[in-house]
Amino acid sequence: MPIVLKCHPGIGPTVSGTALVAPDNFSARYDLDRRNGTFSRPAHKLFGQTYHAKILVLVTAKGGVASAWMLRDMKARGVVPKAILFDRSNTILAQGAAFAELSLLDRFEAGDPTTLIRSDDELLVEPAAGRVTIRNRSRA
Amino acid sequence: MRLNDEEQAMLAGELGRARQWALRHQVAVGDFFDAPDFVRVGQAHVMADTESLGPSGVAWLEELAALPATERRVMVPTITDPRGLDFASYKRLKQTEGMANLEARTIAAFEALGMLMTNTCINYQTILPPVRGEHMAFGDTGVVIYSNSVMGARSNFEGGPSALAAGLSGRTPRYGYHLEAKRAGSKHFAVRAQPRDLADWGALGGVVGRICNSYWEVPVLTGLAAPPSSDELKHFGAALASFGSVALFHIPGLTPEATSLAAAFAGACVPAAISIEAQAIEAFYAAYAAPGEKVDVVVFAAPQLSLLELRQVADLLSGRCISGETTLIVATSPELKFAADRMGLTAVIEGAGGIVTAGVCFYQSYAREMAEANGWQRLLTNSAKLVNIIGGYGYQPTLASMERCIDSAVAGRIV
Repeated sequence: MPIVLKCHPGIGPTVSGTALVAPDNFSARYDLDRRNGTFSRPAHKLFGQTYHAKILVLVTAKGGVASAWMLRDMKARGVVPKAILFDRSNTILAQGAAFAELSLLDRFEAGDPTTLIRSDDELLVEPAAGRVTIRNRSRA
Repeated sequence: MRLNDEEQAMLAGELGRARQWALRHQVAVGDFFDAPDFVRVGQAHVMADTESLGPSGVAWLEELAALPATERRVMVPTITDPRGLDFASYKRLKQTEGMANLEARTIAAFEALGMLMTNTCINYQTILPPVRGEHMAFGDTGVVIYSNSVMGARSNFEGGPSALAAGLSGRTPRYGYHLEAKRAGSKHFAVRAQPRDLADWGALGGVVGRICNSYWEVPVLTGLAAPPSSDELKHFGAALASFGSVALFHIPGLTPEATSLAAAFAGACVPAAISIEAQAIEAFYAAYAAPGEKVDVVVFAAPQLSLLELRQVADLLSGRCISGETTLIVATSPELKFAADRMGLTAVIEGAGGIVTAGVCFYQSYAREMAEANGWQRLLTNSAKLVNIIGGYGYQPTLASMERCIDSAVAGRIV
């Protein structure tokens, strides 16, 4: 039986992919080198890792209204995460996801998703249903 | 969301494609945050530097701008955050013609939409300050936190697309800080170390912001010995928003919704205070310290400087000469640049070797490309917000007072 996590209905299409998880926050402006698709802020827990085609699982969004434009431009350039899952989003990332038609979910019933999902987990993300399925692991 | 007749007409496309896009976008966001309906706004403020927009974003704006005038013009006063490039100074900063071309296209598109090109992140000091209870769609985190907290206005962080949507529709979804219930204090901080200058106020904002670490937290500060100035609150709020994603704070006896400590928490039980001691502020500075290192660029920005800050920079630079190894950049609004020119402040700063830019802010101006073109790494500033942002662009930032920044610019090394 795969693990199913319920959350508030989100934004964007159903996608599947590999999780990249960190107990850290997110801003497209503060944290990313959007030219080469890596986390570029040295203090970030995902520093140096690529975010392209990953499902990012992070605690919250921070600062910077720029992310709202940047998500769409990242998608247009083809170097973009497949989805972003937060414990709690701020307004900017939700607005940016709506503008970019990028999948975004938050407010998980079981708590902070960075404690529930592991890097390299295979996920099915269904925003309309408010559901994330961990396909490679079963509930103990 | 409940939509009235006008909103349903917009959504159906009866008022044109631009307003139809705006409503679709706003309903998607409103549904995500469980907004019950829309609220009309007095102004919209659009952040849209060309580095953030990218070529795809500029092309998207041009599509909107090509619509018939009746479809594309904004419905409420809509102003702009700093631009990505200052045409008067971009060559000195080694920004490219490609960047300038993208900037010119963006300005043309915004003007076709009927927007006012104010190009400022200190509109609450320079354009038209909001009033208590006024709903806004403001699109710069520093603008939002100052307007919400110091003026009692009501705005969420509105990213560029959402602020533009609000300009086109004249409204925004009613969620977050438009709701009375969300505006009550949630954390209590007792300040035991009195800030001495703007950098200290930013450091305090950074420390409190890291502890809050959520858009949905509302910190309440007690223990301040004297009322801060507008510029001090500007730096405090900008850093709090940057480090913590915080959009509202209260200071009992000072900010309008906190007539008392009890009022700041809307009558709920006042939580135990988290003490902010001098060691926390010192540790904040220490994390960025680099004594004796060569300084490549000294930046006064984030937020843009007020006229009083420009005066302070000019006074500190008067009769001195900036090191040939160091670039000093000051960013202010277009209106204040005119004032600084008229009052001789620009001449003093540029006479010492500095560059005064108008209508831009350093981190919104292709910071990574400027670093590569100019060979910059070590950046010194009195803006805590900027030290938080700029590391991701490949800089090594250090925070210091305005006085130390200028002494270091003259010496070419951090003093």
